[in-house]
Amino acid sequence: MADAVQIPDEAETRAKWGSFAFSPAYKAKADVFIGRYPAGRQQSAVMALLDLAQRQVGEETHTQGWLPVPVIEYVAGYLGMPYMRTYEVATFYTMYNLAPVGRFHVQVCGTTPCMLRGSDDIIAACKNRGLVKGGTTPDGLFTLNEVECMGNCASAPMVQINDDNYEDLDYDSMTSILSDLAEGKQPKVGTQLPGRHTVEPYGGATTLQAMVHKNHDYREEY
Amino acid sequence: MLADKDRIFTNLYGYQDFALKAAQARGDWDKTADLMKVGQDAIIEEVKASGLRGRGGAGFPTGMKWSFMPKAPTPERPNFLVINADESEPGSCKDREIIRHDPHKLIEGALIAGFAMRARAAYIYIRGEYIFEAKVLEQAVAEAYSAGLLGKNAAKSGYDFDVFVHRGAGAYICGEETAMIESLEGKKGQPRLKPPFPAGAGLYGCPTTVNNVESIAVVPTILRRGAAWFKGFGRENNHGTKLFQISGHVEKPCVVEEEMGIPFRDLIEKHCGGIRGGWDNLLAVIPGGSSVPLVPAAMMMDVPMDFDGCKAVGSGLGTAAVIVMDKSTDIVRAISRLSYFYKHESCGQCTPCREGTGWMWRVMEKMRTGNAEIGDIDTLYDVTKQVEGHTICALGDAAAWPIQGLIKHFRPEMERRIHEVKGDNMLEAAE
Repeated sequence: MADAVQIPDEAETRAKWGSFAFSPAYKAKADVFIGRYPAGRQQSAVMALLDLAQRQVGEETHTQGWLPVPVIEYVAGYLGMPYMRTYEVATFYTMYNLAPVGRFHVQVCGTTPCMLRGSDDIIAACKNRGLVKGGTTPDGLFTLNEVECMGNCASAPMVQINDDNYEDLDYDSMTSILSDLAEGKQPKVGTQLPGRHTVEPYGGATTLQAMVHKNHDYREEY
Repeated sequence: MLADKDRIFTNLYGYQDFALKAAQARGDWDKTADLMKVGQDAIIEEVKASGLRGRGGAGFPTGMKWSFMPKAPTPERPNFLVINADESEPGSCKDREIIRHDPHKLIEGALIAGFAMRARAAYIYIRGEYIFEAKVLEQAVAEAYSAGLLGKNAAKSGYDFDVFVHRGAGAYICGEETAMIESLEGKKGQPRLKPPFPAGAGLYGCPTTVNNVESIAVVPTILRRGAAWFKGFGRENNHGTKLFQISGHVEKPCVVEEEMGIPFRDLIEKHCGGIRGGWDNLLAVIPGGSSVPLVPAAMMMDVPMDFDGCKAVGSGLGTAAVIVMDKSTDIVRAISRLSYFYKHESCGQCTPCREGTGWMWRVMEKMRTGNAEIGDIDTLYDVTKQVEGHTICALGDAAAWPIQGLIKHFRPEMERRIHEVKGDNMLEAAE
């Protein structure tokens, strides 16, 4: 369980978000998700709908988004669920932000495989730019959090910033990613090692070389 | 070394397109209906004969798991297949590569496996953090529907089958099969007591089988090339090929498909460019993801990388997520960080785990700094034994084992730190 977050003042959020509703585009997406589950089982879509709601809040606030209480109530009402059951889901899963975050949510993986490859340096690069764990920079640009294993262990260390992963980082590449984002530029997503494609051994794959340049069909060789 | 022609995941590194046309050119969705024509029971028998054991960590025979499903489901109580793509075990990063680079192997496998267990639909539960991967998977599923490979009369097999993608939202525990089912129902992911097992009452109370991504994605190839082909790799009871994920202190961390039972040393030498600083610099290895105990260097070198090989050295193959640590590693910190992981991910349902994981982490932090008493090591060991086996799911065990492994193999290092902080003269302490 994540450490409890300070949920912002309710009267204030209610005044701001009390009339929240899905935009037509988000509503269409929400109904696609609901349609994936048997009739009467629409509660299954609650995770997807909370994610959509958070994204819509994000678009409206120009941040990664978060879930104010009235928005959670809206999702509960949309699915005909008791508010408490929806709130339980929103607090249980770590990807729902219960408090506002910045434009870029910098989530540095700190679990052992990344730690072994130098995630301390990545955190240091963030700190050097004025990012503080659990906090948002005064300009509202960056929120820093250390997260648990993100499943990019063969290209560690890594950071997820909003929807993008940046892998094979070091102090310098992390610093330059943060600078690019601050300047409104989109850094290269994925591995930061020059010449590495994805998770093949760095310097060239030891297997499946025929696949590198063409879509080889191995069936001829059976 | 495994020949390239015998590798199942030929687009593992994503040099080529993941999309349907390219996947078909590599052999996916090739006469799928013919593979299904042999009938449900024949498919299950073939998978049993191949010796495939579940690739999600526990290593339960896949074909046998399928055979537990009811043979005559009713429309009111259909069978479901749930595919576990909630890959969150520290060290594991194989399902991600399958999903983003070879998703059609998984989708075709879902149809065949779903057909074999008489399921009405498959839900692929993908972890929320795999945002890009989920997009790729959604796109691949949509392609399969447009091409008539899913839905009514899927792939012209006469069988109606749906595949749905369900995104998680950041909870390690949802990788546990009953927690995954709870989460799919739109609840907190807290594991259920077993029995009833999911094959009896799972998703929405209906019979359900939960399988790992890799277990499902290898099935079409096994059926095409025959059980004997797959069984030809690896040792008795540990057959087939496997995606290994090597992270940590090797020269070149990577994901690679190899034959089960490949010796640890060969795996590292052939694909990872050796241990950083040479073999003498190897300290310890966690061979199967964070939940299994670590193995010291001397014991690990020649271990065959399969279920029984890793078990023989007091550890496990798990998901084949090999975490390598060289002598520069602060081993107590490495394990303490895992303890923090389990503290963070405990769902809070069972008291031994909810309280125990936090307690174990705090004591591990004291061990890291040496700010403890020698007797605390025994107390810590004792507490891990009280957490282990006393919780609904295996997260309690998974939190206990790494610490037990550390105490078993690195107790002198833990004691050294405590003596150092106390300022004890090591000679006196030895007397």
